[in-house]
Amino acid sequence: MALPPYADPLERIWHRTYQVICALVFIFLIAPILIVIPLSFNVEPYFSFTEKMVRLDPTGYSLRWYDTLLTFGMQAPEVPRDGAWFADMWANSTWVQAAKNSLIIGFWATIFATVLGTVAALGLSRPEMPYRRAIMAILISPMIVPIIIIATGMFFFYSNPCAILGFECGRLTSTYLGVILAHTILGIPFVIITVTATLSGFDQSLIRAAQSLGANPREVFFKVVMPLILPGVISGALFAFVTSFDEVVAVLFIAGPEQQTIPRQMWNGIREQISPAILAVATILVVISIALLTTVELLRRRSDRLRGVTGR
Amino acid sequence: MADAALLTTSDGRPLAQALVQAQARARRRAFLLVLPLLLFVMFSFILPIGQMLHRSIYHDGFSANAPLTGAWFARNPSGTPPDEAAYAALAADLAAMQAARTAGEAGTRINYVIPETRSLFTRSAREAKDLTPPYEASLLALDPKWADPAVWEAMRAAASAYTFDFYLVSADFQRAADGSIERVDENRQIYIALFVKTFILSAIITVLCLLIAFPVAHLLATLPMAKANLLMILVLLPFWTSLLVRTTSWMAILQGEGVINDLMVWIGVIAEDGRLRMINNQTGTIIVMTHILLPFMILPLYSVMKVIPPSYARAARSLGATSWTTFRRIYLPQTLPGIAAGSLLVFILAVGYYITPALVGGADGQLISNLIDFHMDRSNWSMAAALSAMLLAGVLVLYWLYDRLVGIDRLKLG
Repeated sequence: MALPPYADPLERIWHRTYQVICALVFIFLIAPILIVIPLSFNVEPYFSFTEKMVRLDPTGYSLRWYDTLLTFGMQAPEVPRDGAWFADMWANSTWVQAAKNSLIIGFWATIFATVLGTVAALGLSRPEMPYRRAIMAILISPMIVPIIIIATGMFFFYSNPCAILGFECGRLTSTYLGVILAHTILGIPFVIITVTATLSGFDQSLIRAAQSLGANPREVFFKVVMPLILPGVISGALFAFVTSFDEVVAVLFIAGPEQQTIPRQMWNGIREQISPAILAVATILVVISIALLTTVELLRRRSDRLRGVTGR
Repeated sequence: MADAALLTTSDGRPLAQALVQAQARARRRAFLLVLPLLLFVMFSFILPIGQMLHRSIYHDGFSANAPLTGAWFARNPSGTPPDEAAYAALAADLAAMQAARTAGEAGTRINYVIPETRSLFTRSAREAKDLTPPYEASLLALDPKWADPAVWEAMRAAASAYTFDFYLVSADFQRAADGSIERVDENRQIYIALFVKTFILSAIITVLCLLIAFPVAHLLATLPMAKANLLMILVLLPFWTSLLVRTTSWMAILQGEGVINDLMVWIGVIAEDGRLRMINNQTGTIIVMTHILLPFMILPLYSVMKVIPPSYARAARSLGATSWTTFRRIYLPQTLPGIAAGSLLVFILAVGYYITPALVGGADGQLISNLIDFHMDRSNWSMAAALSAMLLAGVLVLYWLYDRLVGIDRLKLG
């Protein structure tokens, strides 16, 4: 924002102050995220910068906490790192197991949420859709309802899903399916929001044009609609994935010991034996989120270009 | 009418009728696209929450285990002092409870309204099979508390599985000896106090977010596109970063041996033994939640500010307004939709927050969600459900307000 030429000295001072305030806010936003990166290389088990680190002495830094991530939970972490060591790590390392679980659960929750959410968003964006506002409010509500209420509700429901029908039919607690379904619910609002936003600029007459040129409904969807809304669908899917990948409360209530995810392990780590290994995980997650954010930004620009929106 | 009949489609149907049918078909098609998701959300989201809330008015811990006492209550109107028949029924029920090992369940139910009665049930049940008539005397010999009319009133209330007792307790009320409802002592009023605290903390966080977000959103909205896009990434990165990561790094920053305290000791602002306590208390909750919820304030503000034409402010200045008047009378009113949207969203999310207070809130930075979790941990499911229902009601009112004022379809993420 440029200062107008008629500004008086007081306004100039205020303008400088304002810029400083903005800079401080950006530091407040970003510093807490970036500060974990150097701290995770600390050679000492502290959560603060040691003197050696401040002096940029290489002996003050190490990869030991990243090593801990791999070896924690292994049966024989000390043996030379050969094939057997890697097999042990792959099968037993607590954090590797957690990462596998997070990916499995995140993947399926994303698929379910994206497919169901995109189809629903297509319906919601049609001008003929009845009760649009009420249905939209219901579908967005998992984002608004406090997570503890969702998790408690699911805890009771999943421990006997058929209770409402009056008989027992197994349980969904302590199963992968239970956690996946819970995360699907939590991811749906994000898919709905991003896909309907993309569809709001979608020219419905393109569908009629395709139909009049002889395309059947499947061709219309895959050749006309899908390419145009794909950027929105992908960013919705990424949102759903991140939601699942970061979710801990539903996992605390629903998952069993088999379904421990990365956030669940972090939760344990923070509450019980807090060590810089947590910061190493945090650093890895920050790098992942930077990658995801970049993807989404690129997609958004592409989507704007396709829809003919120039600039932002 | 005759003219309308003339207009037909190519297959001879009246046009109006064909149009109505086509529209109905289009509506049905649109609805069918939404239906799978709607059913899924109904069955695995709305239904579980409804089922859980049902527990807030249903608890059969006493009614299922004390059928004879329940029958006596049904025969005698409220206020009847317990007679020998009542004590006999109670003694028989207690003996049955001991055999089925359910005295704890029944006692727990009464314990909600009258503290320290659980042990009354478990202790008496252990002795129940050795009781001899007259039961009134022998039960009172076991524990004189059985003569307490408040206990009998509580049992009468619990004889029906459906009850509003849990809402009474959640609002810091209890049953008095004569069956009337009264406030609990001031020093035991924990629930209302916690609701109030949750609302106050959420309000503080909302105001802080607004104060911090306003200048930044304004900057983003007025900078040239390329620069604004770059700075926008700094806003979106926290949004995309794991909540636990952000909480962890704040712990590293704020704790006694953390970055800020070390820095201040090093500079000499505070002494080595004067390190500030910024975590595991309310301060920690406020700082960390403000940081986490800040993007939810910046984004709505930004999207409103972006479309405010700068010419209004220029017109005001050219007509002689000072910069402060221009801001107050011209700019600020135009940002109100953004302020409303951001504040409501941040407040709604803050009221139900669980993770951050649980990790950095310490003892006094806990919110209502954490109390729900506390009751879940102790299997006080009905209490957890009643508190959930009250919290949910508050959140839904705010959500409705958000939809009225802002519109849910205007919600945007980045």
